[in-house]
Amino acid sequence: MAAKENLIVESKGSGQPFNYAVGMHGSRFFKELRENRKLLGIKCPKCGKVYVPPRRVCGECFAEMTVFVEVGPKGVIGTFTILRYAFIDPETGEQKPVPYGYGFIRFDGADTLFQHYISIEDESKIKIGARVEPVFSEERKGNVKDILYFKVIDGE
Amino acid sequence: MPKKRVAIVGTGQTYHKSHRPDVNGQELINEAVQRALKDADLTIKDIDAVVIGNMDHFEGINYVDCWSVDGSGGTMKPVIKLTTGGTTGSTLAIGGYHLVASGFFEKVLVIGWEKNSESDTTGAITTAFDPVWDRLVFAGAISGLAAEAQAYMAKYGATEKDAARVSVRDRKHACNNPHAQLRREITIEDVLASPMLADPIHLLDVCPRTDGACAVIMASEDCAGKVTSTPDWIWTTANRHKYTYLGDVNWGELDSIAEASREIYAKAGIREPRKEIDVIELYQPYSFAGIIWIEDLGIVEKGKGAEYIWSGATDMGGELPINPSGGVIACNPIGATGLIRCAEAALQVMGKAEARQVPDVNFAISTGFGGCMWSDMLLHGKRKPDF
Repeated sequence: MAAKENLIVESKGSGQPFNYAVGMHGSRFFKELRENRKLLGIKCPKCGKVYVPPRRVCGECFAEMTVFVEVGPKGVIGTFTILRYAFIDPETGEQKPVPYGYGFIRFDGADTLFQHYISIEDESKIKIGARVEPVFSEERKGNVKDILYFKVIDGE
Repeated sequence: MPKKRVAIVGTGQTYHKSHRPDVNGQELINEAVQRALKDADLTIKDIDAVVIGNMDHFEGINYVDCWSVDGSGGTMKPVIKLTTGGTTGSTLAIGGYHLVASGFFEKVLVIGWEKNSESDTTGAITTAFDPVWDRLVFAGAISGLAAEAQAYMAKYGATEKDAARVSVRDRKHACNNPHAQLRREITIEDVLASPMLADPIHLLDVCPRTDGACAVIMASEDCAGKVTSTPDWIWTTANRHKYTYLGDVNWGELDSIAEASREIYAKAGIREPRKEIDVIELYQPYSFAGIIWIEDLGIVEKGKGAEYIWSGATDMGGELPINPSGGVIACNPIGATGLIRCAEAALQVMGKAEARQVPDVNFAISTGFGGCMWSDMLLHGKRKPDF
């Protein structure tokens, strides 16, 4: 049962026959997110780029990365779209909750973008460069859904 | 460097449609293969090896190399499968080129195919992306393309109307191509009034889903001249990948096609691509790419793509026609799509493109695009390469 609780994605009551490892770096990201609501990036020793999510190797420099840096939790919309067409999510077999905001968030202090939902309560606020912050889940399990979505911050 | 220079000596395509329930996959493949053999005036006995591919998670049939032999003619021949997502068709062409260029095989049959009607395209494309970090919000190819378009528009100020002009061009060109799926002209108003799928992409900005197959026969310089008097010489090929997760992408610029094109120009000694290239078959799955990627290709400066499109320069009869076939917006059997670009570029060089022929083609480019955002490219020429 413990394994089932750790499933990243649930398909209603059914599990899926996939069991992906996120690696030591991904695990540390999820642990910090779950326990401290903190977001971690990792810095390349060669080019200085800060990657989110953290991973072991900077592909461009092909260099091992070991230096974690805290990023966010606020950031800006790097790019985005609003999904309006209905389609079945192959992960769950259920229809995606369209329309929804699909954000690429650049956390403060990060160079790459983090993909997540953006609240589209007011679509006119969804713009590249808009300031956003995450809304965390009360019950966090150590996966990407520990962030429920991002929302645009007024007045910043 | 290649051991043997390589030419395309024959091509064949099915009449692509949204749904071909009259044939199964092998039979669809066979239609294209028979047409390519007939075009080259060869028989299957002349073929030394087969390279075949599709996006195998679409149909959910994962041993296509063996399963397809009744249709491909690959029975008891060397067959390899290549599948690289959206670029599958162009990767097949590059793989076939490598096999012949190596000197190991003299005549290679290259086949790309897809029966998109047989499954859920968006669902299947999602499985091509990272399960932990990408899939929560990812919504198939259109979502990534929309992210690119938004980033480009924010930077350079292009509009939905500019993009619509590209759709209008490709759909008009498609009317000249009997193999294209969508052969009806549309207007800018039609595009802007069509349903918004993912901002800023309307339904008529994007490619359809198609059933279809394409076959191309490649031959070494030792025999190409005996097969045809008008071989399409493959001068060089290039391929680039850049990121692991979609959040790593430099959105708004297609770095992979920029680098691939510079490799090709350097190898072939092309200094002014806009003047030296006569036609491009661009794997352009949505209209905005028709503006953005010609900048990355170095055809025009950054931010000048829309202006160039509006000038008519990329229309038939213009300075540099793009997608005389109607391109991907008019027809998209995904595993075949990149190979169709290659075959259409070959037809242009061989002078066999009929109603969609661009006059006096010396150099043509065909490209492939995957998922978001990797690229393949081939340079085709009338003259045998001098390297």
